[in-house]
Amino acid sequence: MQIADRRRLRSKIFMGLSITAAGLGLSILAIILGTLIYEGASGLNLAVFTDMTPPPGGQGGLLNAIVGSLIMTAMGIVVGTPIAILAGTYLAEYGRYRRIAHVVRFINDILLSAPSIVIGLFVYEIMVATMGHFSGLAGGVALAILVIPVVVRTTEDMLRLVPDTLREAAASVGTPRWKMIISIAYRAARTGIVTGVLLAVARISGETAPLLFTALNNQFWSADLNAPMASLPVVIFQFALSPYVDWQQLAWTGALLITMSVLTLSIFARILTAKKAHQ
Amino acid sequence: MNAEAMTNVRAAGLKEKISIRNLSFYYDQSKALKDISLPLYEKTVTAFIGPSGCGKSTLLRILNRIYELYPKQRAEGEVLMDGQNILTSKEPADSLRSKIGMVFQKPTPFPMSIYENIAFGVRLYEKLSKSEMDERVESALRRAALWEEVKDKLHTSGQGLSGGQQQRLCIARSVAVKPEVILLDEPCSALDPISTAKIEELIDELKTDYTIAIVTHNMQQAARCTSFAAFMYLGELIEFDTTEKLFTSPSHPKTQEYITGRFG
Repeated sequence: MQIADRRRLRSKIFMGLSITAAGLGLSILAIILGTLIYEGASGLNLAVFTDMTPPPGGQGGLLNAIVGSLIMTAMGIVVGTPIAILAGTYLAEYGRYRRIAHVVRFINDILLSAPSIVIGLFVYEIMVATMGHFSGLAGGVALAILVIPVVVRTTEDMLRLVPDTLREAAASVGTPRWKMIISIAYRAARTGIVTGVLLAVARISGETAPLLFTALNNQFWSADLNAPMASLPVVIFQFALSPYVDWQQLAWTGALLITMSVLTLSIFARILTAKKAHQ
Repeated sequence: MNAEAMTNVRAAGLKEKISIRNLSFYYDQSKALKDISLPLYEKTVTAFIGPSGCGKSTLLRILNRIYELYPKQRAEGEVLMDGQNILTSKEPADSLRSKIGMVFQKPTPFPMSIYENIAFGVRLYEKLSKSEMDERVESALRRAALWEEVKDKLHTSGQGLSGGQQQRLCIARSVAVKPEVILLDEPCSALDPISTAKIEELIDELKTDYTIAIVTHNMQQAARCTSFAAFMYLGELIEFDTTEKLFTSPSHPKTQEYITGRFG
């Protein structure tokens, strides 16, 4: 065989393997989505959004879990985002050349890949154990800790994409540094930073482990941050493992709800980034 | 500069706006400028020429202390503006830079509307009413010969303009804050010949009010629009003279070689 023929053959084999691998990955995703829609959609009705989680055998919905998830996710974002954006700003703007920035970046990367159950245990230790009870507040704090590394990372990356020439240009009309960051750098990096926050929402809205140790769960309606609070992931966890058919059905529906909202957020984030790239 | 040229300068009544004295500059350990001394005369255009890496941009970037944005860069010596050493003065770099504008090689419009691009710098140091600001924006754009092209789209993004228009917008932005000195760092190197001609006309027009220093690789451009020229090589100032003298009968053989295109 000629050397060129052998190369062509090898190329074909590798292409075949890559296509198979890509197809495999995609089909698994498609099967998950398909199963979710098939199993979950049949349980979708108004009661899901208006009724509380039922006892086994009873009629009910997921209202308390949906609201609990919304509250704790919102809290995670509201608490985590400002801290993360400021930290990301420090890394990209003020501390860029300092040794401490390297250290913070390294620790942030560790936090980024830390198992979320560890974060749950940490918050359990500092909040649940000291307060003596589970609470929505602790759940929100756990989620905030998960938000921080994601947003720190994207904020820093996006700010670093802003060319230094733009910073110099701002400085050359006499702009103080803080003003340059707020009016020029943030503006130039805005879509990227917003995308990072959206991805953080997507990340935390499906988290179960950190909530199990912090917010626990609540069978009833409760918007009290000082009391245990229901959330979609934990309810799914509990209901899916139960032997009751109606609970299992609600778990499927809840899973579908989460997946759809995360999917919507991701698509939205994609559109934002695409627009940015287009400019 | 030789004695004869010196006499001519005195006769013309030119005042030194900026005096650079024994200036050296370091990037970390490496010395990029060696003991530079030269004047920038008020309301004239001075060219910094020389092969790439000779330190002319570095010199320009000292004059408004923009190098301070980066770590491990350090200037030694004196840069006097109206008698005050700007390198050691207590004045914050921000307010100094509002008096010494700079335009860069690549156009750098801010991510905002054309109007806001200009109003941004003005707002930092002046509080103007809406109508005063409108006037200021218009006069700056007229000054930069851009008004006619953008007057109907002032509130669209400045980043949507062509390269040449963006560069004139950047000049308008510098002019709007009413600086005393304008530094131009190869302002035409990314532009087509027509835009370049417009910018050159503009430089000629601006020198009635401002002291201008321009870094350029384009010998014709230096000859066309500057009155004084400094030739630099490997971080040293080889020769400073009137542009005419430097281009017609340079006193240093290195200058001669460079302007006739034998190296660089």
